[in-house]
Amino acid sequence: MKNDAAILPERAQSIRFSECSGDGIKCESASVSGAVSQRACVYCGARVVLNPITDAFHLVHGPIGCASYTWDIRGSLSSDEEGYRNSYSTDLRETDVIFGGEKKLVAAIDEIMASHAPKVIFIYATCIVGVIGDDIDAVCRNAEAKYGIRVIPVKSPGFSGTKKTGYKMACNAIMSLITPAVLPEKTCGVNILGDFNLAGEMWIIKNYLRRIGVEVVANITGDAKVEDLKQAPSAQLNLVQCAGSMTYLAKQMEEAFLIPFIKVSFFGVTDTSDSLMRIAYAVGDKEVIQRAKAFIEEEKNRVIPLLNKYKKNLEGKKAAIYVGGGFKAISLIRQFNEFGMNTVMVGTQTGSKDDYEVISHLVDEDAVILDDANPAELEAFMKEMGADILVGGVKERPLAYKLGVAFCDHNHERKHPLAGYEGTLNFASEINLSMNSPVWEIIGGINNV
Amino acid sequence: MLELTPKKLSDRSTLRINPIKTCQPVGAMYAALGVHQCMPHSHGSQGCCSFHRMFLTRHFKDPAIASSSSFTEGASVFGGGSNLKTAIKNIFDIYDPEIIAVHTTCLSETIGDDLSGYIQDAKVPEGKLVVHTNTPSYVGSHITGYYNMISGFIKYLSESTGEKNGKLALFPGFVNPGDMREMKRLMKLMGTEFIMLPDTSGVLDAPMTGNYTMYPKGGTTIADIRDLGNCEMSLGLGELTSEFAADTLEKKCKVPYKTLPLPIGVENTDAFIMALNQFSKNEVPYEIEEERGQLMDILLDSHQYTHNKTVAIFGDPDTVLGMAQIALEMGMIPKYMVTGTPGAAFDRKAAALLEKFGVEGCTAKQAGDLFELHQWIKNDPVDLLIGGTHGKQVARAEDIPLVRVGFPIIDRYVHSYLPIVGYKGAIRLAELILNALMDRQDRDCEDEDLEMVM
Repeated sequence: MKNDAAILPERAQSIRFSECSGDGIKCESASVSGAVSQRACVYCGARVVLNPITDAFHLVHGPIGCASYTWDIRGSLSSDEEGYRNSYSTDLRETDVIFGGEKKLVAAIDEIMASHAPKVIFIYATCIVGVIGDDIDAVCRNAEAKYGIRVIPVKSPGFSGTKKTGYKMACNAIMSLITPAVLPEKTCGVNILGDFNLAGEMWIIKNYLRRIGVEVVANITGDAKVEDLKQAPSAQLNLVQCAGSMTYLAKQMEEAFLIPFIKVSFFGVTDTSDSLMRIAYAVGDKEVIQRAKAFIEEEKNRVIPLLNKYKKNLEGKKAAIYVGGGFKAISLIRQFNEFGMNTVMVGTQTGSKDDYEVISHLVDEDAVILDDANPAELEAFMKEMGADILVGGVKERPLAYKLGVAFCDHNHERKHPLAGYEGTLNFASEINLSMNSPVWEIIGGINNV
Repeated sequence: MLELTPKKLSDRSTLRINPIKTCQPVGAMYAALGVHQCMPHSHGSQGCCSFHRMFLTRHFKDPAIASSSSFTEGASVFGGGSNLKTAIKNIFDIYDPEIIAVHTTCLSETIGDDLSGYIQDAKVPEGKLVVHTNTPSYVGSHITGYYNMISGFIKYLSESTGEKNGKLALFPGFVNPGDMREMKRLMKLMGTEFIMLPDTSGVLDAPMTGNYTMYPKGGTTIADIRDLGNCEMSLGLGELTSEFAADTLEKKCKVPYKTLPLPIGVENTDAFIMALNQFSKNEVPYEIEEERGQLMDILLDSHQYTHNKTVAIFGDPDTVLGMAQIALEMGMIPKYMVTGTPGAAFDRKAAALLEKFGVEGCTAKQAGDLFELHQWIKNDPVDLLIGGTHGKQVARAEDIPLVRVGFPIIDRYVHSYLPIVGYKGAIRLAELILNALMDRQDRDCEDEDLEMVM
């Protein structure tokens, strides 16, 4: 193990160089106390999955912070309703903590109903709600009876697991919303699971599917509306994009609604093309398969020459990746390979053992792989491996810049859609822009740390 | 969202929509970052720490370091004592700060963790320090957490040795590193020896060097925090933010204090300079007089563009009051003044300000929110909005220019580097406000009315 100085002993098993073998990386566990972790909590996981449902009301039951920090947290776009971009909270105060917050929650729901007509209200229970003994299930049941709408509890106290636990809570809430009394007739449409319409990516994917003749029933959850979500059980197939958050839902839907699922990825030319073909074959319609082939051919012919223009700037550069889920990391490594770039460091907040297994086969032997990394580790390994660019989220951006390393946000703050063929072009353009910006000349070429 | 804000005001006593505040711990984290070689530590669930770092990073565009006790189900049942002990050991082992500043969260407060006891039992390496403060998220706001953390440092560290150091203790209020730099510059110009706590300049506006360091050069040193107890007097800027810290120092070390509004605008800066003058007995140097004169010149040159313009100001209590002061000095009417932070003193101070300037028909509200402000504006609009980034939705919906001042500003750059305090800060504010109003006039006027010379 290199770089001992920057690594907590407890953390050593969560970091490895890919030549190491044995039991694999330690992951899917709680963070070490005292670590400067980049991870978020259960509530955050639940909120980011449900938040893109545009006509739902998201009421956070707890002190104000949890609502403040997640107000309009991701760049999930809407084609219509904008209500989800407000922040609703019960803003619990000391007296509520002493005497319980149930009454306040009931009153808050009444106040929403007095001036709005939501179809569904999600009630997020944060850290202290269970501790002070609020029975939010009862409050939700009573509100449903009183108003005849869905009021769904999302029990997501921050301490009750990792962000991934929150994804599950969100999936349970979605199941509760969409489960019909009687299973509807199957249509030939599909559901898209795990795209959150950041920078309008859901629209790109839907457009591709339209072009190859596949109808989309429900978007889960990017640009979703409650009525569309309720149609989801009639789909014949689920496409799972963000596998980390949505495989759980896909499995439940398979069991309850008899909808099989396939995992897809729309990051990079290879993954996008593969996914479209797999969708076409899964739908099984000859015409769809023909149209998919033609569409992929057409798009590749359009996009690859454009990508090649960037390639000369990108070839041989070294990339570092630190993202939320393993599936995205895998897609990114493939994309960097397409650009002729070398991934020298890759880490995730919530990757699974399987993800890390795949990752270790995709990267070079000396690449660093880490689970739930902290800034000191990211710094140490980016420097040691000589990374030219870091792909990450909000907390990683200033870290990269302080090191003089280029950066691309592949998370909530992405500036352009990064999915599909045009997304790949945007991605190439963004990393080219960041790595080859004149700013590096001005600051004296210290990017070669 | 914008159509979702109905014009008709409804009785809303419990539901909070679009807050103008956040919770105590993030204020505590910000204060702790203003201490040299300090690791802020969040004693609670992991998400809190992550959210606070994200919040600070988005505003400052700089890394904000902090560790977490990473509570699990077990900790929430059996208490977070062992988490904290492990955390303290790990932090010193690997991140090697001089001091750890622990703050609590709603969870650790609700389960009743005894921080003093845990810290006494913890193994702290020789020469290193651990301090704490209680920051229950369900009391006050981030402003409360900020002054609680400052008081925590004082309670643990400040000492009176009996020998005065001839210095002024300055509590800068909840302001940007750029403001703290400006306060320090003015004190130096006035020949005032001082200790400022906290001081986030050089930490959250640290220069790019090509190296990442967890503990940048800035921040109040531990030695200086100790020496606060020997100061002649303390000055708390931002009466609603800094009095608690100044009072803590007085109680512990008998350092008398005085509080003043944040030095935003002419009169408030005058008061700050005069307080420094009284303290140090030094004449006001020409450099400061010149800056003040320049500000007068600018206000005079431009007064016709600001006169009687109505403005809605939202944000942290002392910042809103300071911005209302300068708005009034520019001949504007602070029609709505809203802070999310609870406390009746805000309403009283706002009323006193309006009375001083003889302005009527304005509304001030503590513990308010942006949704309500939006409703007020729908019913009776204003010419200008002043506040943080979250006002941009209101600004767009109502087509009102927004001047970004305060916390958080997450959609622009540079704001944290430059001051709004002092005469220089007032000049900057005058430029921001005038540009917003005059750009609007240029955009909205008829072709034939477009003025080349303004």
